[in-house]
Amino acid sequence: MEMPIPSAAILARKAAIVARLRAVLPADAVIDTPEETRAYECDALSAYRCAPLAVVLPRSTAEVAAALKVCHAEGVPVVPRGAGTSLAGGSMPSADSVVLGLARMNAVLETDYPNRFIRVEAGRTNLSVTGAVESDGWFYAPDPSSQLACAIAGNIAMNSGGAHCLKYGVTTNNLLGVTLVTMAGEVLQIGGPWCDAGGLDLLGVICGSEGQLGVVTEATLRILPKPEGARPVLIGFDANEVAGACVADIIRAGVLPVAIEFMDRPCIRATEDFAHAGYPDCEALLIVEVEGSAAEIDEQLRLIRQIAERHSPVEFREAQSEDEARRIWLGRKSAFGAMGQINDYMCLDGTIPVSALPEVLRRIGALSAQFGLDVANVFHAGDGNMHPLILYNANTPGDLQRCEALGAEILKLCVEVGGCLTGEHGVGIEKRDLMEVQFAAPDLEAQMRVKDVFDPGWLLNPAKVFPLAVSAGRRAG
Amino acid sequence: MKVASEEELAEAVRAAQGPFEIVGGGTRPVGARQGLPLQVGITGIRLYEPGALTLVAGAGTTLTEIEAAVAAEGQRLPFEPARWGALLGTVGESTIGGVVAANVSGPRRVQAGACRDSLIGLRFVDGAGTVVKNGGRVMKNVTGYDLVKLLAGSWGTLGVISEVAFKLLPAAPAQVTVVLDIPAAAAPAALAVALGSPFDVSGAGWLPGVGAVIRIEGLAESVAYRAARLADLLAPHGARIERDGSAQIWADLAAVGPFQGRAGDIWRFSVKPSDAPGILARLGGEVVLDWGGGLIWALLPEGTDARALAAPYSGHATCLRGTAPAFEPEPAPLAALSRELRARFDPRGILNPGRMG
Repeated sequence: MEMPIPSAAILARKAAIVARLRAVLPADAVIDTPEETRAYECDALSAYRCAPLAVVLPRSTAEVAAALKVCHAEGVPVVPRGAGTSLAGGSMPSADSVVLGLARMNAVLETDYPNRFIRVEAGRTNLSVTGAVESDGWFYAPDPSSQLACAIAGNIAMNSGGAHCLKYGVTTNNLLGVTLVTMAGEVLQIGGPWCDAGGLDLLGVICGSEGQLGVVTEATLRILPKPEGARPVLIGFDANEVAGACVADIIRAGVLPVAIEFMDRPCIRATEDFAHAGYPDCEALLIVEVEGSAAEIDEQLRLIRQIAERHSPVEFREAQSEDEARRIWLGRKSAFGAMGQINDYMCLDGTIPVSALPEVLRRIGALSAQFGLDVANVFHAGDGNMHPLILYNANTPGDLQRCEALGAEILKLCVEVGGCLTGEHGVGIEKRDLMEVQFAAPDLEAQMRVKDVFDPGWLLNPAKVFPLAVSAGRRAG
Repeated sequence: MKVASEEELAEAVRAAQGPFEIVGGGTRPVGARQGLPLQVGITGIRLYEPGALTLVAGAGTTLTEIEAAVAAEGQRLPFEPARWGALLGTVGESTIGGVVAANVSGPRRVQAGACRDSLIGLRFVDGAGTVVKNGGRVMKNVTGYDLVKLLAGSWGTLGVISEVAFKLLPAAPAQVTVVLDIPAAAAPAALAVALGSPFDVSGAGWLPGVGAVIRIEGLAESVAYRAARLADLLAPHGARIERDGSAQIWADLAAVGPFQGRAGDIWRFSVKPSDAPGILARLGGEVVLDWGGGLIWALLPEGTDARALAAPYSGHATCLRGTAPAFEPEPAPLAALSRELRARFDPRGILNPGRMG
C-alpha cells in the first residue's frame, strides 16, 4: 500500500512537537516511545502498519481541542482513532502523524427516555451504549460485528452498519448530533435531540467522512425501545440462485425482517467445523430474523415459511427456544473466526443490487478459480452488502498480492453491476486506490471540496479515502 | 426556462448570465426567491426493482407518479412525503426533486426516518455546470463522503438535483389509530409513552378537534394486537381505537389540514419533544403537532416574530409563510462553514442565492 513520504521536517522536529503537546496535556496523555506506541501502529487491517510520531490520549473535548491546536500550528497530520477496529485501515498512522485516540472518553453524559436519546463521549464502545440503557428496555440499533470493541467515534467516522440495519438503518440514520473539534481546534455543536437540520445538513456529511473533517468527541444517539421478542429461522437451499430468489420474494411479500443473512457452502462448512452450530450441509443458507410479540412473530414466520416452501428448501428450521435461536446465530457470528482458523483472510465489503446476487456469486466463483484462492461468502442479503472472504496464506510469498488483486476484481464487479466498493467498512487506505472505478473526477472533486472547507490544510487523516494522485495537490498545499 | 434533460440543465447553468430560482413543482415557496425561474423538467422513473426495494427517478417526476408506481407493487416511500400545496395555496404538482431539496418528511418520520434517510443516491449539477453523482442505487454504501445528505434539504443552494434514488419499504396492509382526547400541551408526554413502547408506532401527533393520535401499521393481526396493548397502556388518557377513519387522520396531519385556507403566518418548529409544552404556552395561537411533539406547526397572526415569542428553545424554526426570515439563523461558526460550502459548490452564487438566508 503506497503511502506519502513522511515529512522529514516534521520527523526532525519530533522532540519539539511532543514537548508542545506535553505542555497542554496531562503527563500520561502523550506517549511517544516505540514500545508505548506499538499498539497504535495499525488497526484491524493489520497487514499494514507504521509507527506514528506520537499518540495523544485526551480525556475531554477541551484536551482534544488543545492537542489539535498544537498539531495545527505545527502542521502535523493527525490520525483520529476510536478503538482501532477499522478493517479498512481508517486509523492507520503515517510516520509523521500524531494519533489522537479517544479511548479514554467513554462516559455517558445524558440519558433521556421521553425524548429517546442518549448522549455519550465518542470513545464509548458501541455495545456499551446499549448496555447503558438495556436494563430499562432500550437499545442502540446499529450493531457492527465488532460492537463489543468498536467505538462510537469510529462508527460515526465510517457510518457503520450491522446485521440489523435492514430495519433500523446504519449509523447516520441513528445519529442526532455531535460535538466536533475542527483541525484548528474550534469546538462545534452540530445537531441535537431534535429532527433535521435548520440549515445545511452538516451532520449528514460529517457522518462517514472517515475522520477527515473533524474529531467527534461527543454524540447524541437515537435509542429505541426493545421489541418484545425476536426469533430467527434457518433456511437451507441447494443453490445460491434459489436462496437469492427467496430473499427477493420475502422482501416483495411485504414482510420486513430485521435481518436476512446469507452464507454459501464454503462458509457453512468452515463455520460448522469451527462452531458446530448444527447447520445443514447445503449450498446456501439464509438466517432470517423477525421481531415482535410471540403472536406477531408467528404471523410473520408463517408468511416466510409459505414463501420459502415455494423454493423447495432442503431445510426450514425455526428456533423453538432461546438456545435454538442462539445456535442458529452461532455459526454466522463465528464465521470470521472460523475463517481465521483455516487461513489468513481478507474481508471485502462491496454492496450490490439484491437482484444481481446470483450473477455476482457465479462470477466470484469464476474469479476465485482464476486466481487460485478460495472465497467464502457471508453477507447481509436483505440489503445486498456482501462480505466475500478471500482465504490466503500470509507466509506464502506473493499470496497477499494475489489476494489483493482478486479483492480488487471482486469490488470492480460490485461496481459494474450497479453497486459500490464499500457498504459499511469505509474506504480508508484499503479501497482508496479503487475510488476511480466508482467515481468520475468531478464526483471526487465535489467530495474533496467539503474537506477543503473543514480542513483547508488537509492535515486530518490526509492519505485516506481519495487516491493519492487525486489528492496530491491539496495535501502538498 | 425549463430543462428536460441533465445535459440541458448543465448547459443552462454553464451559460447563466445571472441567478436562477430553481423550481420543481412550485409547491414550496419558502425563503427568499430571486432570479430567473429554472424549472427542472427531467421526468420519468429510470429504474424500479421491487425485489430490491429501490427506485431511481428524474428529479422532475411528480410525487403522484412515483407514489402510484410503487403502490402498484405494494410498496411506498418510507418517509411519507407531505404535500404543502393546499397549506400554502399553490397550484403546482409536487416533484420528487423538490421533496428532496426541502428534505420533506411526513408523520412516519418518527419510525422510518426523514426523506434524507431513505435517499440512497443522487445526481446534481453544481454552480459551475458540472454533473456530479454521489451515493448510488444500493441501500448500504459508505464509499466516499455522503453528499446525498448534504444536498437533501439544501434548497437548491449547492446544486440543482437532476436524479434521485430511494430505498422503499413494503406498504402496510393494515393500520389503526389510537386516539386520546387530551389537549395539545398534554400530548408530548402521552406520545412519549407510546413512542417508548415496543409497539412500533409509525405516527404520533395531535390535531385540533381530534386529540393526540398514535398510528400502528403492519400485518392485520399484529396491528390489532399492538393497538390493543397500546390502548391499555394509555387507558389513563381515555384511549379509543379508530379504524375506518385512521388513514384520513394521517392525511390531514401530513397536509396540516386545520391550517388550510386560513389567514396568518405559518411556522414549523423542530424541537426536543419535551420542550414543546413550554413553547406552546409561549406561542399561543393554533397548533398541530407531529413527531411526538418534536414538530410544532403554528398558525400565528401576520407579522409575528415567532422565534422571539417561543424562546428559549433548542432546535430550529422555519417560517413557511410570513415576513420573518424563513430559516433559523445558524450559529456563527456553522454559518461560516455553510457559506464556504456554498462558495465552493456554487462559486458564482447563482443557485437560489439567499434562499436559506
